[in-house]
Amino acid sequence: MDAIILQILNGLDKGSAYALIALGLTLIFGTLGVVNFAHGALFMIGAFCAVTMQRLLSLSYEEIDPTRTDFLGNPLKVEVPYVEHWFGPDLGGAIVDWSVPLGILLAIPVMIGLGFAMERGLIKHFYKRPHADQILVTFGLAIVLQEIIKYFFGANPIQTGAPSAFSGSFDFGTLLGFDPNVIIYPYWRMVYFLFSLVIIGGVFAFLQFTTFGMVVRAGMADRETVGLLGIDIDRRFTLMFGLAAAVAGLAGVMYTPILAPNYHMGMDFLVLSFVVVVVGGMGSLPGAVLAGFLLGILQSFASMNEVKSLIPGIDQVIIYLVAIVILLTRPRGLMGRKGVMED
Amino acid sequence: MFGLSARDTRFLLIVIALTLLTPILLQPFPEGSSLAQFNAGYPDLMQKFAIFGIFAIGFNILFGLTGYLSFGHAAFLGVGSYTVVWMYKLLGYNVLPGLLLSVVISAAFALLIGFISLRRSGIYFSILTLAFAQMSYNLAYSVLTPITNGETGLQVYASDPQILAGSGAPTSPHLFGLVMRNSAQVDLGGWVFTFNVGYYFCAVMAILAFYISLRIFRSPFGMMLRAIKTNQTRMNYTGLNSRPYTLAAFVISGMYAGLAGGLLAAMDPLAGAERMQWTASGEVVLMTILGGAGTLMGPVLGAGFIKYFENIFSKINDGILHGWFAFLPDGLEDFIVACFHPFVGKGWHLTLGILFMLVVIFLPGGLVEGMQRIWRLVRRRKSGGPKRKDPEHRPTAAPHMAE
Amino acid sequence: MTKSTLTRRGVIKTGAYAGAGLALPTIFTSRARAFTNAPSGNTVTFGFNVPQTGPYADEGLDELRAQELAVEHLNGMGDGGMLNTFSSKALDGTGILGKQVEYVTGDTQTKSDAARASAKAMIEKDGVVMINGGSSSGVAVAVQGLCQEAGIIFMAGLTHSNDTTGKDRKKNGFRHFFNAYMSGAALAPVLEKAYGTDRRAYHLTADYTWGYTQQESIQASTEAIGWETVNNVLTPVGAGDFSSYIAPVLNSGADVLVLNHYGGDMINSITQAVQFGLRDKQVNGKQFEIVVPLYSELMAEGAGDNIKGVYGSMNWNWQLSDPGTKAFVKSFGEKYGRPPSNSAHTCYVQTLLYADAVARAGSFDPCAVAEALEGFEFDGMGNGPVLYRAEDHQCFKDVLVMKGKENPSTKYDILEIVEVTPVDHVTYPPDHPMFGGAEATLGQCNNGA
Repeated sequence: MDAIILQILNGLDKGSAYALIALGLTLIFGTLGVVNFAHGALFMIGAFCAVTMQRLLSLSYEEIDPTRTDFLGNPLKVEVPYVEHWFGPDLGGAIVDWSVPLGILLAIPVMIGLGFAMERGLIKHFYKRPHADQILVTFGLAIVLQEIIKYFFGANPIQTGAPSAFSGSFDFGTLLGFDPNVIIYPYWRMVYFLFSLVIIGGVFAFLQFTTFGMVVRAGMADRETVGLLGIDIDRRFTLMFGLAAAVAGLAGVMYTPILAPNYHMGMDFLVLSFVVVVVGGMGSLPGAVLAGFLLGILQSFASMNEVKSLIPGIDQVIIYLVAIVILLTRPRGLMGRKGVMED
Repeated sequence: MFGLSARDTRFLLIVIALTLLTPILLQPFPEGSSLAQFNAGYPDLMQKFAIFGIFAIGFNILFGLTGYLSFGHAAFLGVGSYTVVWMYKLLGYNVLPGLLLSVVISAAFALLIGFISLRRSGIYFSILTLAFAQMSYNLAYSVLTPITNGETGLQVYASDPQILAGSGAPTSPHLFGLVMRNSAQVDLGGWVFTFNVGYYFCAVMAILAFYISLRIFRSPFGMMLRAIKTNQTRMNYTGLNSRPYTLAAFVISGMYAGLAGGLLAAMDPLAGAERMQWTASGEVVLMTILGGAGTLMGPVLGAGFIKYFENIFSKINDGILHGWFAFLPDGLEDFIVACFHPFVGKGWHLTLGILFMLVVIFLPGGLVEGMQRIWRLVRRRKSGGPKRKDPEHRPTAAPHMAE
Repeated sequence: MTKSTLTRRGVIKTGAYAGAGLALPTIFTSRARAFTNAPSGNTVTFGFNVPQTGPYADEGLDELRAQELAVEHLNGMGDGGMLNTFSSKALDGTGILGKQVEYVTGDTQTKSDAARASAKAMIEKDGVVMINGGSSSGVAVAVQGLCQEAGIIFMAGLTHSNDTTGKDRKKNGFRHFFNAYMSGAALAPVLEKAYGTDRRAYHLTADYTWGYTQQESIQASTEAIGWETVNNVLTPVGAGDFSSYIAPVLNSGADVLVLNHYGGDMINSITQAVQFGLRDKQVNGKQFEIVVPLYSELMAEGAGDNIKGVYGSMNWNWQLSDPGTKAFVKSFGEKYGRPPSNSAHTCYVQTLLYADAVARAGSFDPCAVAEALEGFEFDGMGNGPVLYRAEDHQCFKDVLVMKGKENPSTKYDILEIVEVTPVDHVTYPPDHPMFGGAEATLGQCNNGA
């Protein structure tokens, strides 16, 4: 029992990331009808917004410390971040410590801007082209984006820790009457889960309760009619692309303490998020969220020692196995509509 | 000739001539010149051209004709390779049994996966094939290590039985004593041409593969497949069941992939699990679309394009750049090298990504379309007269699919 | 950006030879030679095959830097580095046997297929006599096999699996790097001293060949000091999120977690283990500990604060104080502004050792070179006296046990050396069962003739 609760918890934060990426992917697909293979790269760029924030905050000047030497035997140059210089070591240190949450401030304008630029500069010209072309051009863009990141940040993962206030883990087990140390769950993962719920809730509320969202939903259902009503649907769709990019970016920023960002993390998530979207049903937002959490939790269950000893390697294939079973039993995924992407 | 129209015969003969002359055509720069870096006429790369050409031709039969986009064809490539290496281990280094078996086994594998995946269409089909291939890769890399030797790749050990290998048999892949690795080098002035047995073996296979694909394109069966791409629903309404046709196309392209995988192992007796990864499946998709999906020559061009980049551009380092621009003054030289630096060597992915985007944006029909445009331009020049503008932008007739 | 004037000059020179070749057309000469890629003219080409794309690209970059430096030193440029401290004096900084050294580079992508393709291009197109570098055991074994077939020498680069000089050992291949068995043998006494003999270990192991051999080695050596192995769980490569594997550890009764991961997997697994608060916990009345058997500088940098106080092993480290190390760190540091990594050291040393073996053998023939390297004992290249054992081509030298430093002053000294385990403690018989047993053989030398 305790093991099951533990794995559900572990599945939740994996599922949060899947759900957020799949949500953005579905927004783009549902509104613009474009299959965006660069979405994983957007997630990755979001993560690097956190890295950039960390770098910005720890921008330093050099002080020479004559008492110590560097590896060549010269006097050591100690780097002192400007923030610490300005605000003193305590407050300055705290600001640097909080660079991941502060990365959100950077990520929102960067991601929305990038989303606009992508849509206006590239994707716009591909609305009428076959899906295969869209896949290829966004895939090319994904490669370009990740290589640019690699050029500036290198290939090695970069540690971006959570604020120290969130380090360590919470003992859920004692709450539920289990022994201590049986069900532990890191604070930051809780933060991530709550954060993703807020974002998901926000996106749904935005689509449900604003006029803008209503128009977009109408556009998703029938683009032509909305256009005939004299509504400039294209501009709104551009905004949606920016929104979807921001969702992916925020998912990336907050995920950095869990997964040290590297330049190819987008590709690692890309395939997975497509499976999630398809399992949820192309074009269905609730489907994407549901499938994200479902696959995250199933993956955690498959990683249990008890399961692994029964079926070796099940943790490596579970996602795909589930995708196959669902697509064969529910032809359009969990909540998909008929006729979407079937030609 | 060969049951082809005169035009197709000419086309086939040109392809045969190009294939056989590849070792010369790909070696345009004299040895030792600073442009020799761009020569591609060495056995390994030429073999890769032929093999990935076969892979892409096969993929095109499925994707180009029926429009079903499979993201899992690398699985068949891997199965073919593993089969051939296992045959080396069990029987001996003769490539024939392995190659035959690799086609058979990959066909069986394709039949199974195709039968299940083809129950769905569109992106659902793509994800199903992707799921099968990724499962194969993940398992081959880890759990199935006893069969596949995992990360290291399956290879032949001295302790393997090799029951058919005689005492005097070659100790590397061969076809009845014709060792694949052997080549003859011809020094012609400053040029060095390498004629490799393995390449010519692959080349013959590639020509055969091309011929079969040409016949399929021109056959009623091919017409049926194209009809599926154009409008499957309408086809179903006329009372035709399209499933057997798509399944047949899927299995045929799976066999092509298996043959290509087998040939990879026939040239180099090692089968790595990465061959089955989704990136490898993605690569053949890129090759086909980049070259021109649905055209006969396109996939081969795309395969050559990508393999050339992977092998030639990744080897250009700063030292070589400095060598090229050594004639410039130092400051300018460093500047130009710094400009090129991000795009070559470790940055070859970046160049490839940019080129993908450019081709897709400006040449929707792939490289074949680009060549057709150039050809038309040349012809117009030849016939004289300025290019007649079309002020009303009337739609021009789309080039025939299989040109 | 580094500029190698050597290569520029070399290219101009080769251009001149090509001109001469054009003047005297030798039509249809057969290129029969005594051995593969026998160097003609007065240059010889090395192949440096390292990952330049993919997750290990930074490690490959550092290897490339070291190899460029080695070539400079061989050709008599720079300060000579370890050539001055090397016990063999066969090299004099005028190239090798009167030939200037040139090199070509390739991208292994850390995939055995791509690595072999790149190596084949070097052999077939660029005519290299030796291939050096790489950053994974799968690649090392695959390329070693290729070099054996083609008849050139392979120097392995970073490869830690027992198999490289175990069941997959080859007559044409040599390895300067240490291996998983040595890691276990070096770590066990230190772990015993630090954590006692009554410990229960939980292994998380990367699910591929290298992971298996390292786990086997560490389990054997820790069980020899009385530890119990509670469980060994295989984790998918590149899993990213290891929480589902880490979470059950505390409840399993284990009080040590051994992470048999490398690169990004290790960075993520240790970060997440720390995030789960494992290191703050008490189990069985003891402080919970984490061990990372194989360290690298880049991994340490990536894992940052999380590795403070965590033990692991290394082949070599720039903080050693012998003259060879100092000379190398000085010339590398002055050229690139950073201390070399241990894989850079391996690639640098291997390049010099190959050159030295050629000079001593008086020939580039791989069989002669292999003979000169077999059983070769030397000093002055870091790690004290070193032996290249003839039976399996494994290098034997002292192994370093490292610990994450509490207060690093720069990002280069995140790790500190806690123990230099003498070579006697890590030596094993060539027919050790973990190394293919009595069946493993080097086979015959192949010079491609």
